[in-house]
Amino acid sequence: MAHYPTVIEPKLRGFTAHYSTPEELIEAAKKAREVGYSRLDALTPYAVEGLVEVLGQRDDRVPKIVLTFGVLGALGGFALQTYVSVFDYPMNIGGRPNLSWPSFIPITFECGVLAAALSALIGMLMLNGLPRPHHPVFDAPEIERATDDRFVLFIESEDPQFNAGETREFLKGTGALSVQEVIS
Amino acid sequence: MSQVVHDQEVSDTGQEQLISAEHSNASLTSKIGDIVLKQPSPKQWFVALGFGLIGLSGLLVSIAWLLYKGVGIWGVNIPVGWGFAIINFVWWIGIGHAGTLISAILLLMRQRWRTSINRLAETMTLFAVMCAGMFPLLHLGRPWIFYWLFPYPNALGLWPNFRSPLVWDVFAVSTYFTVSLVFWYVGLIPDLASLRDRAKKRIVQVAMGFLALGWRGSASHWYRYESAYLLLAGLSTPLVVSVHSIVSFDFAVSIIPGWHTTIFPPYFVAGAVYSGFAMVLTIVIPLRSWYKLRDLITIDHLDWMARITLVTGLIVFYGYLTEIFYAWYSGNVFESFMMANRMAGPYSPLYWSLIFCNGIAPQILWWRAARRNIIVLFAMSLIVNIGMWLERFIIVVTSLHADFMPSSWDMYTPTFWDILTYVGTIGFFLTGMVLFVRLLPAIPIAEMKHLLHQKMHGHSHEPEEAKA
Amino acid sequence: MEKGNKVNPADETRGPSKMPEPRRVTISELRDRLKNGDPGVWRSLEEIADDEEVKAFLDQEFPRHTAPWMGEMDRRQFLRLAGASLALAGLAGCRIRPIKEIVPYVKAPENLVPGIPKFYATALTLGGYATGVLVESHEGRPTKVEGNPEHPASLGSTNALTQAMILELYDPDRSQALTRDGRYVTPATFESDVKARLRRQIATGGDGIRFLSPSGSSPTVERLFARLQERYPKLRRHYWDAVHRDSVYEGARLSFGRPLEPVYRLDRANVIVSLDGDFLFEGPGSVRYSRDFADRRRVRKNSPAMNRLYVVESTMSVTGGMADHRLALRPSEVEAFAAALRSAIRDGASGSDAHGAFLSAVAQDLIANRGASVVIAGESQPAAVHALVNEINALLGNYGSTVQWIEPVVNPESRLESIRELTADLQDGKVEMLFILEGNPVYDAPVDLQFGEAVRRAGFSVRLGLYEDETSARCRYHIPMAHELESWGDSRAFDGTASIQQPLIEPLYNGVSPIKLLAMLLGDERSEREIVKETWQLAGLGGSAFDDVWSATLSKGVVPNSAFVAEDVSVSPFTAATSRASSSLEVRFKPDPTVFDGRFSNSPWLQELPKPFLQATWDNVMMVSPRTAERLGIEIDLSAVVVGGLAPVAELTVGGRKVKGPVWIVPGHPDDTVTVTLGYGRELAGRVGNGAGFNACQIRAQEGSWFAPASLALTGEKAQIALTQHHYSMENRGIVHEMEIGEYGHEEHDAAHEEMSLYPDREYDGNKWAMVIDTTLCTGCNACVAACVAENNIATVGKDQVIRSREMHWIRIDRYFDDLDNPRYVHVPVPCMQCENAPCEVVCPVAATTHDGEGLNMMVYNRCVGTRYCSNNCPYKVRRFNFYKYTLYPGTWDEETPVTKLLRNPNVTVRGRGVMEKCTYCVQRISAARRRAKKEGRPIRDGEVVTACQAACPTQAIVFGNWNDPNARVTAEKTEPHHYVLMEELNTRPRTGYLPRFRNPNPALKEAR
Repeated sequence: MAHYPTVIEPKLRGFTAHYSTPEELIEAAKKAREVGYSRLDALTPYAVEGLVEVLGQRDDRVPKIVLTFGVLGALGGFALQTYVSVFDYPMNIGGRPNLSWPSFIPITFECGVLAAALSALIGMLMLNGLPRPHHPVFDAPEIERATDDRFVLFIESEDPQFNAGETREFLKGTGALSVQEVIS
Repeated sequence: MSQVVHDQEVSDTGQEQLISAEHSNASLTSKIGDIVLKQPSPKQWFVALGFGLIGLSGLLVSIAWLLYKGVGIWGVNIPVGWGFAIINFVWWIGIGHAGTLISAILLLMRQRWRTSINRLAETMTLFAVMCAGMFPLLHLGRPWIFYWLFPYPNALGLWPNFRSPLVWDVFAVSTYFTVSLVFWYVGLIPDLASLRDRAKKRIVQVAMGFLALGWRGSASHWYRYESAYLLLAGLSTPLVVSVHSIVSFDFAVSIIPGWHTTIFPPYFVAGAVYSGFAMVLTIVIPLRSWYKLRDLITIDHLDWMARITLVTGLIVFYGYLTEIFYAWYSGNVFESFMMANRMAGPYSPLYWSLIFCNGIAPQILWWRAARRNIIVLFAMSLIVNIGMWLERFIIVVTSLHADFMPSSWDMYTPTFWDILTYVGTIGFFLTGMVLFVRLLPAIPIAEMKHLLHQKMHGHSHEPEEAKA
Repeated sequence: MEKGNKVNPADETRGPSKMPEPRRVTISELRDRLKNGDPGVWRSLEEIADDEEVKAFLDQEFPRHTAPWMGEMDRRQFLRLAGASLALAGLAGCRIRPIKEIVPYVKAPENLVPGIPKFYATALTLGGYATGVLVESHEGRPTKVEGNPEHPASLGSTNALTQAMILELYDPDRSQALTRDGRYVTPATFESDVKARLRRQIATGGDGIRFLSPSGSSPTVERLFARLQERYPKLRRHYWDAVHRDSVYEGARLSFGRPLEPVYRLDRANVIVSLDGDFLFEGPGSVRYSRDFADRRRVRKNSPAMNRLYVVESTMSVTGGMADHRLALRPSEVEAFAAALRSAIRDGASGSDAHGAFLSAVAQDLIANRGASVVIAGESQPAAVHALVNEINALLGNYGSTVQWIEPVVNPESRLESIRELTADLQDGKVEMLFILEGNPVYDAPVDLQFGEAVRRAGFSVRLGLYEDETSARCRYHIPMAHELESWGDSRAFDGTASIQQPLIEPLYNGVSPIKLLAMLLGDERSEREIVKETWQLAGLGGSAFDDVWSATLSKGVVPNSAFVAEDVSVSPFTAATSRASSSLEVRFKPDPTVFDGRFSNSPWLQELPKPFLQATWDNVMMVSPRTAERLGIEIDLSAVVVGGLAPVAELTVGGRKVKGPVWIVPGHPDDTVTVTLGYGRELAGRVGNGAGFNACQIRAQEGSWFAPASLALTGEKAQIALTQHHYSMENRGIVHEMEIGEYGHEEHDAAHEEMSLYPDREYDGNKWAMVIDTTLCTGCNACVAACVAENNIATVGKDQVIRSREMHWIRIDRYFDDLDNPRYVHVPVPCMQCENAPCEVVCPVAATTHDGEGLNMMVYNRCVGTRYCSNNCPYKVRRFNFYKYTLYPGTWDEETPVTKLLRNPNVTVRGRGVMEKCTYCVQRISAARRRAKKEGRPIRDGEVVTACQAACPTQAIVFGNWNDPNARVTAEKTEPHHYVLMEELNTRPRTGYLPRFRNPNPALKEAR
């Protein structure tokens, strides 16, 4: 008879440091990188220019996805119309030729846009790993202010360089308003 | 710390004010967030909702009667096979264009003044497109088989006729609605997260949390988010142009004098933007006073919108003049009669009111004083809405009622049910908007913070004088 | 009637006393009751009819005064009426295959192939004159009337009224049971009653017996009357027709000393002059005359010549619309003109009167065409005019060539005299037994006779009629009459040619034909068929070979060489002084172009048929000229972009009697004259006809039964009339090309000019259907429209829907005129153009309208979702839309009513709500022909497919066929130099083309049209 643990031991997931301006956050992030931290994340109430570069998390796949799907959508739209009007059920409509391509253009375009737009949404969410109901950082105290007026730096415990004591000290050193441990 | 910043008309200093100075990130969150979370609704809100619901029930009644009796309850006939239904369709779809335009095109143009109004505009788009979408379905002789317009595999092996502008409409409008919805929702995600984190009630937390998809504002997320958002904007821009062009094809592709015109696509798009901005003004002006948002939706916003209205209004007016010119210049007997009939025929009063509403009246917006006078602007916005409705009436009815065969000429007069259906959709629209401002952040919080940030540290990568 | 004898005494005991408290019965109860007991037999009628419950029920179902079927009617009431007809249809218990065999059945009904319609030859009469027809019958259901090519009055064509008689047959408002004082009684009751009274008459030699009937030409009826007269020598017959021809016969008496009937040979006439005669549209032989007239007017390569028509008239008539030269005079002025014309021709005196130039030109033209000209006087003109005209024709030597005189086909005695005597006798109480067969004298007898009152004075009155109408209401007994399509009979055409009428179906409502009734009075138990057959046997038809000839006659529809021979006549000049024209405003009475004298009031088809020149439906109006209107202060802007149907109401006073009605302006109408048409303002016409229009008979007295001095005054009220065309002018859009005959062949339009197109052309290498319509020949009579309605199950929509511009006609006749005071009219029938580049097809989102391999613009009703985009994009506006479920809509009859279901053409879909519909060149006829041809392994022959409109057209203005067939008539017409299509510049490539409207003006009258 197998034994199932009834309680998951809460453990330290890392530290969050709160800053009041994006500039301070960027500074702190820069330092953290210099020191060699790699498992970093920064939570901000709005997009802060230059942050990803600092964190080295820049990712430009979304545009490529969108382009691909846009083209596929357009081709699909045109293919459908051609198949229907030329091969599957050709009809003499107002004396026009079966392949009256000029009249197929609007729908072709719309299909392209539709596919592109949907791929933009889905692509963005998938790459972001969303939707994700829970994330350890949500257990950090005061983290809700990250969507309000605080700019938060998060160093994960998985970071090879992570060390409860040093990391906390390091963050204090960056002039954070507060440093909290993330336990979950 | 969520002190409510005082709501005063931002003083008319020379340089523009897109957000009042006293604001902080926190104040923005609370001020905007609390409309949804804490603040009790002002009484005007209930009044508006009341009117909305009355209209909505009118809509339901008229639809029920329509389905029971048939489209004969409307004023349509032969020759005028399209009446109010299509007029309202085009009118609503036009209104639905400002949203995407403000969000997308102005975003691409880095017009910062768009920020505080784009959410409202987008929402307006969604409801306007819903209203619009209703009519093509209802105006069918057999509405219960509307889905025959979609290409789907079926036992009969039948497909729609892809040469018909109505099928283009189906694709254009549904695509437009979907993309607008996506765009609107993507914009909402971070704000939903802030509401989630701010909400006290469990139910609200759950609801917002569910919709926020677990957004936490991580830097890499923000980066992909921004590029996706920008791309959506980039897609919406040609889309918004294509949609109203296609709507105009309903007319331009036909052979009816007054419809068969190459100028239609551009001047329909301009008209759409024109009416769209007017409708945004109609909504924003009361809203900002009811919810004390004069510091977020400042007089400069209104000024900007007034300018766009003026510009697009001029384009539309130019369209009218070209029509007149070519009616004469083409030397085509049908065209020239059509125009003469608009000007002097049985519907001429409507034509001249149209010229007044869309041609003469907007000229007042040349004056800065007028652009910054709430009363004038509000009145103006109503005039434009009426004017654009008249334009569609003139296009649809006067072209059809006297076309090629004089023997078939006849008048079109709307019935009670035509009017009730129209008023009904306005009720539906009102209800939708009223509920929206109560349930979701009407102003994009994150973007406002961004704007605030840029304002604090005098900003780099965009021209301060965006007017140029 | 013999069935009546089967009544068993038990039934007599049932009576009103039995159930003092009537309880309403449900239709289902009623139907159950009908199931038990043979519904065909009178007895079962007796059983339920004498039952108080049922009477209560019937009273409820058929209130005497129901509103006409206009405006929305609530559905429940509607379904109740529907149910009632259902019940009564069951009552009538129609067995749709006649028991007594009719040719070509000859005891072999198994030769009926389901799905293949059969055509039976019979004849339908109007005013006593027969038109030979072929009736299409689907599995025993007559569905469509076509002209009989063998018959001289038809030559294959019909007019609108004849087309609509098929609907009259099924009319659920027809009376359906025998009544006494409005209560249902058995025929047995009636029979015993009438026989008892007749026995009493023997003593007095039938001195108290009177018959009143409209003109009839049935030899059998005459024979039966002769037999009655033997038994009751003093029996008197009287005649009354609202549209009577007294002046024709009186004129003949003046000229020849005896009443004779004129027959015209227009095919021999180069010059035709009509003095107020609408010979192309009204009166005996008008269909035939239209054909003969048109044959001399058909301008083609091989015969680029045409006859010339002068019309002098006191109203705006179809014939007047065709005139090369037209002169509008007040009715009383025509006589003077006739006299002047006579003297101009007799002693070359140049026209002294106001119209000198016109008159002398006419005279010259006539003299130049001695023997090849004809002058025709209208029945509305006094005898003097006819006498003058007879003299003129004699002077021109037209007798024997263009004019022939035959023995009168109907009884020539003066109708006015006749009904006057009868009324007098009634008032003196001399009439003990009054039989009114057909007609509706209480409604249309001269008002000053107060005939309605007089009828009540008759001791005993019997009415035989299709409807329980105004006259029935005044009579003791009403007997439902069998429709001509339900009974045996015989009748004569305008030239005396006789036809045998065969029943196409058992009487739907147990009607009785006049023959049957007379036979019953004679105690003759034999069937109508035997009696009719006997008539012709006695007449010596076919001599020894009678039976063969009889069958041949039946299948052919014409009794061989039964036409009357021309009498040779000598004219006595007309000496009496001509009466002076009155100076006041005059009223001119005219049979209505659609409901005639009111007999068709209950026909939705005819009510909704636009009236020529007015394009109005569902009403009659007071027609005045623009100048007169101006004088009266009537404001109708005929030049408006859209002329609304709001008409000022005026009160028309004649001899102190008044009637109110809407006034409408008719350009070309003579000044100081008001034309009113008969047949409206009915009170007991039925659900469709009740209350429509105003009753002109209320101001029509003995004096001036055709025209009289009158006064007109506006009342200030307005009335809405339902127009189908709201703009009169072509706006220089070349919809009808007008040319003078002299211009034929000039300005050859290049048939081979390049039509530019971005797209490659579609090939049509099989059949390529096309149509050509000759606007020179179109008189605007609307026969094609009626035929189309009958063939294609087209719904009628009621007055309110026509006002909303939602009429459903697939082909319409547009009429245009160019001037208000001295207009030239043109008519152009507009069916679907069947464009090769059809604008309607491209815009249909669901491909519900597409082209077939033979170039037809097809309409797939089942696929249509009803966007109406096709109609918007149709430059010719020939598409029609079902805004409601019109088959269930007031104004037409419930498709659920089995009776009217029988009428449907099974080969044409009955369209539901929300779908578009349109002309498809009678595609059902094309495919029928295709099947035939395939079976016989041959191509479809030219002329094998005849569209309904083409078949009906009296002037054969419509030609249809395969454009790919070099020898087809249509191909020839397409190559005519002046052939054109509507709005060619749109490059829609219509298959329907037109030939221009040619005129043949007299050079001498160039300036004065």
